[in-house]
Amino acid sequence: MEELRKLELKRTANSVRHGIIDGVYHATCGHPGGSLSIADILTYLYFEHMNVDPKDPKKADRDRFVLSKGHTAPALYSVLAHRGFFPVEELKTLRHTESRLQGHPDMKGTPGVDMTTGSLGLGISAACGMALSAKISSDPYRVYAIVGDGESEEGQVWEASMFAAHYKLDNLCVVLDWNGLQIDGPITEVMNPTPYAEKFTAFGWHVISIDAHDFDAIEAAFAEAKATKGKPTMIIAKSIKGKGVSYMENKCEWHGQAPKEEQYLVAVADLNKIDEELK
Amino acid sequence: MADKKATREAYGAALATLGEKYDFVVLDADLAAATKTGVFKKKFPERFFDCGIAEGNMISVAAGIATTGKIPFVSSFAIFASGRAWEQVRNSIGYPHLNVKIGATHAGITVGEDGATHQGNEDMALMRTIPGMTVICPADATEAYAATEAALLHNGPVYLRFGRFAVPDLSSELANYKFEIGKGVVYKEGKDVTLVATGFMVHQAMEAAALLAEEGIDAEVINIHTIKPLDADLIAASAKKTGAVVTAEEHSVIGGLGGAVCEALSELCPCPVLRVGVQDSYGRSGRVPELLEIYGLTAKNIAEQAKKAIAKK
Repeated sequence: MEELRKLELKRTANSVRHGIIDGVYHATCGHPGGSLSIADILTYLYFEHMNVDPKDPKKADRDRFVLSKGHTAPALYSVLAHRGFFPVEELKTLRHTESRLQGHPDMKGTPGVDMTTGSLGLGISAACGMALSAKISSDPYRVYAIVGDGESEEGQVWEASMFAAHYKLDNLCVVLDWNGLQIDGPITEVMNPTPYAEKFTAFGWHVISIDAHDFDAIEAAFAEAKATKGKPTMIIAKSIKGKGVSYMENKCEWHGQAPKEEQYLVAVADLNKIDEELK
Repeated sequence: MADKKATREAYGAALATLGEKYDFVVLDADLAAATKTGVFKKKFPERFFDCGIAEGNMISVAAGIATTGKIPFVSSFAIFASGRAWEQVRNSIGYPHLNVKIGATHAGITVGEDGATHQGNEDMALMRTIPGMTVICPADATEAYAATEAALLHNGPVYLRFGRFAVPDLSSELANYKFEIGKGVVYKEGKDVTLVATGFMVHQAMEAAALLAEEGIDAEVINIHTIKPLDADLIAASAKKTGAVVTAEEHSVIGGLGGAVCEALSELCPCPVLRVGVQDSYGRSGRVPELLEIYGLTAKNIAEQAKKAIAKK
């Protein structure tokens, strides 16, 4: 990837992170850690890769995206807002009673949200349904989904994985956000779902392992997924939970709580510093 | 005597015939031979998708298909479609109000020999609590066919309840039979007691009315094929006229037709209501006629309860 484009993506991703922190802070609750870990991949998908149009969010030939780990809605909302689906200012209404931005994604309420999610394990199946539908009617759109590493403890993730390989859904690309932490602790201690690459390979997927914060690797992985025929692709993305906010990085307790005012100011300062470095 | 046919047979036939006229897809979870979606599969293999024994995934896959504008029918046994996959039905289909049709077969005690694990006696209660869900329990083959087409043409999630056991096709003998979602059908007018029935218990209620007539009791019989939205006005008007109600369903008396009728009448027309159905218990293996006796799903029991209800006026 050329350096200027990469720099622009990094700047956008940092703006997305600002939006995540602003949203969760104003909500006084929510899930910052796992939102920050997927900010780079979501930025790449919405700003570089997927065929979407903010002016026509429901256009029939758009690529679809399903946030199977629905609790990280702040990241999806922030990337949608920065992409122009709705005003960035609206992020501050996250989780408020009058807001279009529900605690978990609501396809009927928010422009750009393709599937209602939040209950873990259900989104990847819905993504399979979308991909199968495209196959049935020979539609060219592709389907993307992000599944959480903790989420992969849900049996339905593996039911869906069987299904996707069985029906050769090569128009489906799923990202597994491997930040290593879930509510009760490290995933390997709570209920070890690893090894991932071996399991998804055995389930019949094309598997690519990347650093979730390396735009060169992200670009190469999505290109490889698109070129892969006859099987779905699983991108296992090793990420840092809380990425970009110093005190949140790799800290389990930042899975599901909002920063207090002084913590919010530190988070903003951390992200401002990254903005400065990217100037 | 009307011909006997299982409502699941009519469901399979309806899918296969309607498949010529309408563009929809069918999903099953390794039960196509039993649910009768296999009839559609044989005719339209390119529109049929087996999901294997994974009902939760199947329901969410159907939701994903529906987001793209196609209409999926999904089938399994009632216990699995409504029970195993309840949360998928609620969150993947119900909450976003997606256009998915759930064709659940082998509902109730008439599953017979397979026993309690496979006899779904709670499905209508489970599905009825989901906002926006339409719940239909056809009385017989003619109604099952009509309900399948009505569900297809209805925009929104629908739960269709079918049985394994062959039942008399009463609707085929009605002049000008017309099926409309949410509209109950008065099968027999009467003035002394109202028998509100659903599924094949409509047939039992008609027999009960005949038994009551022998004793000079004039029963009104209403077929409530749509449990939700309930035709509360029709039921309340009848209750106001007769002053006593008996509900009859092949389902738990908790949360199904009996529950729904009590909820409606407590607000619209409080009166004695007795509920015939499975009395807060599990089923068991056995031959269907014997099970119907054991669980009181008979014309005789409906007639007895009717007399008790009248006595409570």
